[in-house]
Amino acid sequence: MRRRVIFRGKLLPYLLLAPQIAITAVFFFWPAGMAIMQSMLREDPFGLRSTFVGLENFAELFADPLYLGAFSNTLVFSGSVAFFSIAVGLFLAVLADKQIRGANLYKTLLIWPYAIAPALSAALWLFLFHPAIGLFARIIRGYGVDWNYYINGGQAMLLVTIAAAWKQVSYNFIFFLAGLQAIPKSVLEAAAIDGASETRRFWSIVFPLLSPTTFFLLVVNLVYAFFDTFGAIHALTQGGPAKATETLIYKVYVDGVVNLNLGSSAAQSVVLMVLVIMLTAVQFRYIERKVHY
Amino acid sequence: MATLEIQGVQKSFGATKVLHGIDLAVADGEMIVVVGPSGCGKSTLLRIVAGLETATGGRVIIGGQDVTLREPKDRDIAMVFQNYALYPHMSVYENMAYGLKIRGLPREEIRARVQKAADMLAIAPLLDRRPRQLSGGQRQRVAMGRAIVREPKLFLFDEPLSNLDAKLRVQMRAEIKRLQRSLGVTSLYVTHDQVEAMTLGDRLVVMHGGVAEQIATPLDIWNRPANIFVAGFIGAPPMNFLAGTLLPGGTGARLDAGFEVGFLDGARVGPAGTRLTIGIRPEHVPPAADGPLKLTVDLVEPLGGETLVHGRVPSDESLTARLPGSMHPVAGAVLALAIQPAQVHVFSGETGQRLDR
Ligand SMILES: Nc1ncnc2c1ncn2[C@@H]1O[C@H](COP(=O)(O)OP(=O)(O)OP(=O)(O)O)[C@@H](O)[C@H]1O
Ligand SMILES: [Mg+2]
Repeated sequence: MRRRVIFRGKLLPYLLLAPQIAITAVFFFWPAGMAIMQSMLREDPFGLRSTFVGLENFAELFADPLYLGAFSNTLVFSGSVAFFSIAVGLFLAVLADKQIRGANLYKTLLIWPYAIAPALSAALWLFLFHPAIGLFARIIRGYGVDWNYYINGGQAMLLVTIAAAWKQVSYNFIFFLAGLQAIPKSVLEAAAIDGASETRRFWSIVFPLLSPTTFFLLVVNLVYAFFDTFGAIHALTQGGPAKATETLIYKVYVDGVVNLNLGSSAAQSVVLMVLVIMLTAVQFRYIERKVHY
Repeated sequence: MATLEIQGVQKSFGATKVLHGIDLAVADGEMIVVVGPSGCGKSTLLRIVAGLETATGGRVIIGGQDVTLREPKDRDIAMVFQNYALYPHMSVYENMAYGLKIRGLPREEIRARVQKAADMLAIAPLLDRRPRQLSGGQRQRVAMGRAIVREPKLFLFDEPLSNLDAKLRVQMRAEIKRLQRSLGVTSLYVTHDQVEAMTLGDRLVVMHGGVAEQIATPLDIWNRPANIFVAGFIGAPPMNFLAGTLLPGGTGARLDAGFEVGFLDGARVGPAGTRLTIGIRPEHVPPAADGPLKLTVDLVEPLGGETLVHGRVPSDESLTARLPGSMHPVAGAVLALAIQPAQVHVFSGETGQRLDR
């Protein structure tokens, strides 16, 4: 049942909405508008004058192998982050959902990573995996692996992926746990009586019933990996070595803040903006349809 | 098809003992109904037979094989749940085929079996639907169908009708009975509804506080309840109980309500003055002008065909009488009732156990 409040007059509702609209305007529409404007300008090398160039910045962007490289990095990175954080979150939630001793402590501990600031957690990973002083780095080297993510691009990508995924595991864990607890116990019991083993029950009953949750988390994690992982990458690899971990969001920063190529940076932001709008639209569509059943 | 034996099954949840050693032997093809008030351990017993709960003591034997330690999937049973427990993301067809697929039956045979069960239950037009597109009664049928296609050794039902409306319940009750008869599958059926129990069961197990109070055919339980609990539980409105003492020679009882009843079926053993509880059903206290039982009427419930009258006897015990629908006494009136001596049940005043001659 939805309660409807009907206001008399027009002033009050607008007044009540004003703060929200003001915030959205100042912190979202205005910067977005600036970015769109900036993306069509080109500055001279000294930043004294800018000329209108239309969509040329975009054309250049998509012809630039470095940008396309960042694009493919982003796809690999976001895909892996989403996959690992979802898989691990689901695995831990399945364990927590079973009646185990100390389940509450376990759940609380699992939620902590989410409360740790990204820069802090990145520093933590840095200390653990630093080629010279890292504890885990030493262990890995003990197994005969030449661990040095300052040189090896693949290892660098792996490290930022793990660091970024780790933080998101808590979030996924909470949602999956709630999802698991919403599955009626009797449905699983019926499957057990129907002869399904535990593994089979998971893949044929639990996993499909969790699909709305999984889909929601997939989008959330992709958005996170696209936009929210700047801190981790900046602290760990600065996009290196040789741009192996330079993702779209990191490149926006490098081109705009470091290289002061504002036009290109702004064009990149606009591309990112379009991406996030698309992801969100997909999500809203599917949430309305309640995916799968 | 198989026999089921439950031997001394006990169950505790932590410190609370829920089942105090249940013994039951079910013959091949028999339908046993477990009935009792809420919380008496019926579902727990059923879940132990299903393997969803582990017994803390005793054994479960299905078809001669001790399955006490086996997983549900290795027991070859089917269960119908109170909330149906259909797989929400599967069509009706897939719901029914799931267990057969797991057993690796050929696709053609699965199709044939599902079709046959669907025809039997009149749900063939629904095979492509999802459970949420079905009414409660249809879901109930699908849950039955899922059990039937498996052709298990044993059917287990946990209050399968309690989510249906009254009319549908009566209809499904008859249908379950018919199906069970025609398939001849040994069944254990749990309910708290005594009408369901009386109509469905070949034999009933009346449970109370984790104990099987009586195991017998419905009519046996009706005619010769083993103790006060069973007597009061089976029958609606419930049996009346009046306190009294044994007459010398055990030939009858002197009731505290101020009159005597004779025992037509023979004398009871015991010294005169032994405390007794006399049970008499509401339908066995007809109005009679010279009746010894004086009932002061509190409440009258006219049901059309009959009238239920609740009131108090002189010893201040409460009593309910079932009178013809034409009688409408008013509250406060005093009715004279007779007691049909052949219908008197005698219980020990101390233990509540039935006393026979
Ligand atoms: N998992 C459990 N943990 C602790 N106690 C339990 C558990 N399951 C059941 N019980 C207790 O065991 C007793 C019997 O429960 P059970 O579900 O067998 O009752 P029931 O006869 O089926 O009742 P109803 O008619 O309400 O379904 C109850 O007192 C209940 O509180
Ligand atoms: Mg129950």
